[in-house]
Amino acid sequence: MRARHVFTLASIGLAFSLGGITSGQAAERIKIQFWNAMSGELGKTVQHVVDEFNASQTQYEVISVNKGTYPDTMMSAVAAFRAKNPPDIVQVFDVGTATMMSAKGAYVPVYELMAKEHIPFSTSQFIGGAASYYSNAQGKLVSMPFNSSAPVLFYNKDQLAKAGVQPPKTWQEMGEVGKKLMASGSKCGFTTGWPDWIQFEQFSLWNGIPYATQDNGFKSSKNVKLLLNEKPYVLHVADLVDWSKAGIFKYAGAASTNATPLFNSGECAMYMDSSSVLSSINAGAKFPFGIAPMPYDANLKTAPQNSAVGGASLWVMRGVPANHYPGVAKFLEFLGSAKTQAYWAKATGYIPVSNAGFALLKAEGYYEKNPGAMVAVSELTNKPPKPFTMGVRLGYLPQIRDNIRAELEDALAGKKTAQQAMDAVVNKGDKLLAQFGQTAGQ
Amino acid sequence: MKSGLLRSAGLRHLVLVAMAVVVALPLYLAVVAASHRPQALLGHFPLLPGGMLLDNLRSVLEKGLPGTIPVWRMLLNSFIMALGITIGKLFISILSAYAVVYFRFPMRMAAFWLIFFTLMMPIEVRFFPTYQVTANLQLLNSYSGLILPLIASATATFLFRQFFMTLPRSLTDAARIDGAGPIRFFLDMVLPLSRTNIAALFVLVFVYGWNQYLWPLLTTTDAGYTTVVMGMQGMINAGAAFALPRWDLIMATALLALLPPVIVVLLMQHWFVKGLTDSDK
Amino acid sequence: MRPRKSPKVVDAAPFPHRVLPYFLLAPQLAITVLFFVWPAVQALSGAFYQADPFGLSKQFVGLSNFAALFEEHSYLRAFRVTAIYAITSTVLAMGLGLLLAVLTDSLTRARGVYRTLFIWPYAVAPAITGSLWVFMFSPQVGAGAQVLATLGVNWNYILDGNQALLLIIAMTAWQQIAYNFLFFTAGLQAIPASLLEAAALDGAGPVRRFWTIVFPLLAPTSFFLLVMNSVFILFDTFGLINIVTKGGPGESTQTLVYKLYQDGFQNLNLGSAAAQSVVLMALVAGLTIVQFRYIGRKVHYQ
Repeated sequence: MRARHVFTLASIGLAFSLGGITSGQAAERIKIQFWNAMSGELGKTVQHVVDEFNASQTQYEVISVNKGTYPDTMMSAVAAFRAKNPPDIVQVFDVGTATMMSAKGAYVPVYELMAKEHIPFSTSQFIGGAASYYSNAQGKLVSMPFNSSAPVLFYNKDQLAKAGVQPPKTWQEMGEVGKKLMASGSKCGFTTGWPDWIQFEQFSLWNGIPYATQDNGFKSSKNVKLLLNEKPYVLHVADLVDWSKAGIFKYAGAASTNATPLFNSGECAMYMDSSSVLSSINAGAKFPFGIAPMPYDANLKTAPQNSAVGGASLWVMRGVPANHYPGVAKFLEFLGSAKTQAYWAKATGYIPVSNAGFALLKAEGYYEKNPGAMVAVSELTNKPPKPFTMGVRLGYLPQIRDNIRAELEDALAGKKTAQQAMDAVVNKGDKLLAQFGQTAGQ
Repeated sequence: MKSGLLRSAGLRHLVLVAMAVVVALPLYLAVVAASHRPQALLGHFPLLPGGMLLDNLRSVLEKGLPGTIPVWRMLLNSFIMALGITIGKLFISILSAYAVVYFRFPMRMAAFWLIFFTLMMPIEVRFFPTYQVTANLQLLNSYSGLILPLIASATATFLFRQFFMTLPRSLTDAARIDGAGPIRFFLDMVLPLSRTNIAALFVLVFVYGWNQYLWPLLTTTDAGYTTVVMGMQGMINAGAAFALPRWDLIMATALLALLPPVIVVLLMQHWFVKGLTDSDK
Repeated sequence: MRPRKSPKVVDAAPFPHRVLPYFLLAPQLAITVLFFVWPAVQALSGAFYQADPFGLSKQFVGLSNFAALFEEHSYLRAFRVTAIYAITSTVLAMGLGLLLAVLTDSLTRARGVYRTLFIWPYAVAPAITGSLWVFMFSPQVGAGAQVLATLGVNWNYILDGNQALLLIIAMTAWQQIAYNFLFFTAGLQAIPASLLEAAALDGAGPVRRFWTIVFPLLAPTSFFLLVMNSVFILFDTFGLINIVTKGGPGESTQTLVYKLYQDGFQNLNLGSAAAQSVVLMALVAGLTIVQFRYIGRKVHYQ
């Protein structure tokens, strides 16, 4: 009876798997789990930094785990925390900051950790835009600034020269430059990655206009209302729609995935995206390109103001064994050191988050050789931030971003006017913010 | 008369061949993409395969993409997960169907309804709490954690129950006369007779297990457990992080990811169809 | 809802054991309770709370999660998208599956070859299907996109919601044809040849034979497939949508399950996600009960 043998084998196999097959390794060092969303070229760079730390001492071993995209990573950390099995360190994207901050009890504020471990640490060690975004009302850093970037304008020097134009400083110029580019044979004037982040959040900070009440959520998470249906935003959307019809602007979806190739292949002459796509452009573009600051709205007296960081910061989770924390603190100190930051910025196109890292790069003459790398830094430090240009820190911001993207797409497709689209964003967003205000522990 | 038949048979073949081509097209394009250098995919799409297929397959099998584990490891993980889910599902389903059909005991239908209830619980609904249970049982980052939460199955239990109910009474009567107990009757009679059903379900469940994505992503934090379907999505997400879109390698991985379940379906299609027909769903 | 007892069910127990059946049921029941029932109860209770994602604080809010959901324009829109998507994909996949099954069934030769050619997509993971098609139609490198461009179609599914939905429907149909083909083939083989021969002798042509004999006899199979296709589209397609359109452009391809995935897992809005889960569960419960009753009845057809 062959079936009988198979069945017996199956029973044994199942009993075995019920016993739990886990991959265990003999461990001498204390293992520190570091969950992040860095894949591809960035993942390699993170791994390199982690390897260096592991080689620098013998007590701890940091294990870097790529958990997929930013939302995937955050979701995994939340689930792991609820299951009382959190990672030691998790990388959370900028828009997740408000959710993290209000979840007191889920994390150990970095400033507390460092004080406890007697490691010198203060907000002033970090670059303005990065420091303000991740610090609490008392100005103390609750998470460790890590991969920080600001949006810049990449431009194809050949195509701009052919059209006889300079990169546009203002949105008003963008229209004219776009027309001239099209007239001189370019297929598309400009495209953008991350439209929700760059064309709305960063647009508001750079132009010095509020995104939402309560200082964009920095003052309080209660009674927050979006201001995105105000005139400057609506006009900006209307411009994008007109330019999209004329071919001056080409919409390339939600992230950078489709936008980077549009610029690298020479289809679009200009490209707005995070400074961290530099490594991809360096490797992919076959033409000389330049980097300029984001355009601002010339009709606004407040512009240009300052940019705030995008990217992500590192949060130290509560609920891991106490003997892990000294190692976590050491690793964060290592990440913030001048040497690591300088290496990181050179390899990735992110900005160095610590002033020491910036100074070291400057001393090395890096910014003279690569003036483009300076653009993001100078945007972040253009003017001291106002209370409502420290960043955008709202609950359910990922969902608000989804709504913005969806409404912008509807406007571009001609289904709605710019005003209708932005009214819808505010309408949906305000409900979410009210909901968040109910549960947020302020 | 005859020529008319021929013509219409010819027409039928024409329609079928056309459809088969349409169905095969995405696969063909994947093969073409996987057999070129990445640069060749940027301009006009090549119509014919290039000579890089084996190199690309070898490259992903041995090295993966930067930042991923080699694809041979992913395939191995997928195999362990798929086989574990398949064997587990069939094992517990056939036992419980046997219990429900061949015995009468208190709470019989309650137990049956409870199992039936699981059909309504897709992983999207119960992800947080299921994760918590898995973590409490210390099963995160283990093959057991990948497998166990997915092996309860209303479908398989139903199919076996349906099939057992069609077996003639004379079988049990004969077993009684021979003095065979339930276990011997199960091993000597029921199991051999269920071979076709087991084969059909094997195919169904193997495909289900192999193609899991969300659950493995959540229960494993150790890259060593990446399955090939999960790794595929990671590769596409990382697409932007590479200077040159590596569609050649991504498509080579896609081919490797779809090959095993397709082979299982094709090799076993005879039993698959037969089992589904006989068991009357 | 009680299943109909089929006449074949033996009411006398073949084996008189009292304890053994519980042992046989134990593994299945343990897993069911541990990984299904308990989590499901938690998900249900979560629908009445507004909680922070870390589970540190929660407030009882009664039905307000549900109220907010049905006031939300995009949720109602997701219902509509799901309905359009499910109906068109199902009709397409079932229609083509039936056509192919009937055509191959009527052949004398090469049936096995065709069966192989049509069955294989069944085994492909939705996520992999998504990546194959994304590659085929990506505006950058896709061969399909290039063909459409030469035909003068303004192909841009990143902005054109109808095109995006069409693409998703086509992919789903492509994936599901195999499954429908398989079951229709099985159903056709179960039809007694004598019936058809008798009809042929009466002078009924192939088309009439199909509509008067084959089609009615395939009704149970069709019904079963209708349920299975719907369940597939309700639950298994988010991986595919996630890779291809992420619910966009606008919300043109945001199905109920994708919205749940985004609100719950991407945006960590747990209360709303739990409420959406309950609505989805109710939907599926309805479908399953329908299917179950049908399976119970199906025994009569043997």
